[in-house]
Order: sequence, then structure tokens, then C-alpha cells
Amino acid sequence: MLTITDLHARIGDTEILKGLTLHVPAGEIHAIMGPNGAGKSTLSNVLGGKPGYEVTGGSVAFRGQDLLALAPHERAAAGLFLGFQYPVEIPGVSNVQFLREALNSQRRQRGEEPLSGGEFLKLAKDRAGLLQMDMDMLKRQVNVGFSGGEKKRAEMVQMGILDPSFALLDETDSGLDIDALRIVGAGINAIMRSPNKAVLLITHYQRLLDVVTPDKVSILADGRIVETGGPELALRLEAEGYDSVMA
Amino acid sequence: MSTATLPTRRDEAWRYADMDGVARLGVAALDLWQAIDVDAGESVTRCLIVGSDAPELHRFRVTLGEGARAAFFVTNAGQDYTRVEIEVRLARGAHFECGGVTIGGGAGVTREVVTQVVHAEPEATSNQTIRAVHWNTGTGNFLGEIKVARHAQKTDAAQDFKGLLLEAGASANAVPQLEIFADDVKCAHGATVGELDEAARFYMMARGLDPATAQRLLVQAFIGDAFVSLDDEGEREALLNAALSALEGAQL
Repeated sequence: MLTITDLHARIGDTEILKGLTLHVPAGEIHAIMGPNGAGKSTLSNVLGGKPGYEVTGGSVAFRGQDLLALAPHERAAAGLFLGFQYPVEIPGVSNVQFLREALNSQRRQRGEEPLSGGEFLKLAKDRAGLLQMDMDMLKRQVNVGFSGGEKKRAEMVQMGILDPSFALLDETDSGLDIDALRIVGAGINAIMRSPNKAVLLITHYQRLLDVVTPDKVSILADGRIVETGGPELALRLEAEGYDSVMA
Repeated sequence: MSTATLPTRRDEAWRYADMDGVARLGVAALDLWQAIDVDAGESVTRCLIVGSDAPELHRFRVTLGEGARAAFFVTNAGQDYTRVEIEVRLARGAHFECGGVTIGGGAGVTREVVTQVVHAEPEATSNQTIRAVHWNTGTGNFLGEIKVARHAQKTDAAQDFKGLLLEAGASANAVPQLEIFADDVKCAHGATVGELDEAARFYMMARGLDPATAQRLLVQAFIGDAFVSLDDEGEREALLNAALSALEGAQL
């Protein structure tokens, strides 16, 4: 589903990704772990199309398309969901309006009929319920006044509504307490665990992987994938640390 | 009072005006004031959508009796020099509410909202929320004067201006002017000018919104502040839609 080949990217004069190669087939949940400064967030931003990053080499194929040639909104319409480490507050725009416009904008781009207000609210209510979020929160402004945990739960509600085929989740577990972690993890499983979907889960800690069991775990260090293994690799990292595992 | 000659840029209230546009309006137009007297305890709401491809001037002189209330909501989307001017005199306990938006691009087109709020007696309140959204080399001006008379104690006056410039070359001018002679009053004013929040725009695009829709939503949220105190939903929609349809024609 997603094939990254020898990807090089930089911000300004600093090269961050230095030949990253990774393949995530449909049906796979793939965790990426790595020390600070390894390039995890850069990978997520480059795949999402955030301005400010320059790709200097390599390619990314997503469901047969050249992902890097698409604008951010086209990547979303193609089925990519980027979960933000720091979800952005948008004062004056309600979640309901934002998500309805986003979903219908995606549907338009795919040549599908837009959802009516009623159809959308039904869907939103259903997905919010999955993440134990009440509709009142969805009527509030996007992320404004939300706690760290509420923002991450709201991200998962967004993911549930937009129903992507591929989710790229950048430290979705940061800022979550134990209960919220369980709810968010269960949400990822419910929404994305499917033979025709895939997830790239960027995380620092094992604890999210206790809830969302990865099929594969890769270590990203100094801009490259240096090791790939099964879930036991994450456990080894947790026990021994990066230095010893990568040595 | 008759204006014998055209104003000049030396006049404080016309400092940022488009003098060519003023000249095209002509002296006679400057003498046209709409008088609105609101009796004690009464209430008046005016919603104005102004702007065309010719210069326009809309001048209001409002007198509020004791405990009276006037609310003005304005979308100024002129494609030529367009000025909305409101002078208000408040008696004891009166309230003046003003929400205004200037929006537009064009080559050097200027839109203005100009207010003079006179708190002539004690315990009156006023609240002004003005937003300016411009592109190309369009300009938005807000000149807001608040005068508090010596005995107008417990005056509570607020004025808030925010400008959003969508392109380099556009401009917004804010001239808050406070003249306070009483000593027990609250007068708040703020003015900022900025650009579109790029982080918010990327976040919206990452959720699938095309750039134009993302921009429209952000602009809608930005100008929405000006109309929140308008209860009539239909009027509010009309003011917002007039502003947003000006944005639609913009090639950004």
C-alpha cells in the first residue's frame, strides 16, 4: 500500500532523511520507533506534504500513485490520514462544520456525492461514540480548549469519520493518560484494523503497542530504517534501550 | 452644518481615505447624513451590506436616549472607495454595538469604517468589533474615536480591530483614538494585523479541504467575530455571505 524507496529530505540545509526505505502492505500495522532527532516527525510531515520540507531524492508510492506529486488535500482524498502530534486549534470553526466540509471535499475529489447534513451527523455521532466523545464536544470549535488527551481523541474521531485507507499517526500516544490511551488504542483497532487498510504508527513507547499490537516494528535512526522486526523488537527496545539494540 | 469644500488628508478622519474617490463622490455627497434618534429605552438594529464598483459614502448620526440601544452591523465589500461612517452620542445607560467587516482586493481600492462614539453621560456602554480582510493591493481602514465626557463616569467602552492580509501588498490601517475626561471608566482597545495561520491551513488541507475551502473557512471564522452579537440568524448569514462572496472572486 505504501512503498518508500531511498527517501532523502531536508529542512533548509539540514538533511534529515538519508535514504529511508520502507514498505507497508495492506493489512499491516507497522510501528516506527527511534531516538529523538532520528527523523520520525520529518517522515510524517514529508508524507503529509507539509510545506518547508524539501525532498531531494527517492520516491513514495501510495496505492499506485506518486504520493509526493500530490498536494496535501489530494493525499487526504487518496486515502491518507495524518494524525498530528500537536493537533491545531482553529478558533471560530466547529468540529462538525470542519469535518463535514473536509469529508465532502474528499468525496468531491473522488467523484462521490457529498453527504447531507443529516447523514453526516449520524456518521459523526457513531464515530464519536466509538471514542467515547459526546456530540457536544463535536459542536465546539476545532481543538479549542481541548486538553491534550481530548485533542488526540478528537483526532481519532476525525479518522473514524474520514475513514482513510492509510493512517500515519505521529506520536498519537503522547499526552495521554492510561484510560485515554486505551480508548485511543481501541479506536485505532476498530477503525484501521482491516485487511485493506494499513497504519504507520510513530511512537516512543511500548505502552500504545500493548493496546495496538503491531505486525512489524522498525527502528528509525539518523534518517534511515536500521532494523525491522516483529513486536518483540519493541519489547527489546523498551528493556534495553536504543544504544544496545542498534549496536 | 455644510461642508463647503472637500476634506484633505490633513483632516485626521480622512487620513487614509482615497482622495480621488472622495473627489468623485463630490461635495454634495459629503453633506448627506442619515439621522437616527432612538428614544429612551428603545432599540434599533441596522444591518448594512455596502459596496459596488462606484465610490460610496454612508454617514449616520445616531443619538441614543437614556437606556436606548443601537446596533450596527456592516459588511463593506466595495470594489471602489467605500466609506461607512457612524457618529453616536450616548445618554445615560445607553449601549452602542458595532460589528464591521471590510473585505476585498483590487488595485489600491480602499474601504473604511469610521466611528465616533461619544459617551456624553454616565453608565453608557459601547462595543465595537471590526475585522479587515484584504488582498491584491486592497486596503481596509478603521478609524475609531471614543470620547468620554468629564461627568460620564462608569463608562464601559471596548474597541477591537483585527486585520488579515492574504497577500503581500494589501494593507490595513487602524486608528484608535481615545479622549477620556472622566476618571472612573473602562476603555479597552486593541489592534492587530496578521496573515493567515499557516499551521491551521495545513491542518485543514491534511484533512482533505482544498486550499480555497480552507481559506474560506478560516476567513469566515475570522470575520465571524464581528457578527456574533447579532441575534438574527438570517441577517448574520447575509452579512457573512456578502463578505465571503467577495472572497470567492479573488484569485489567490
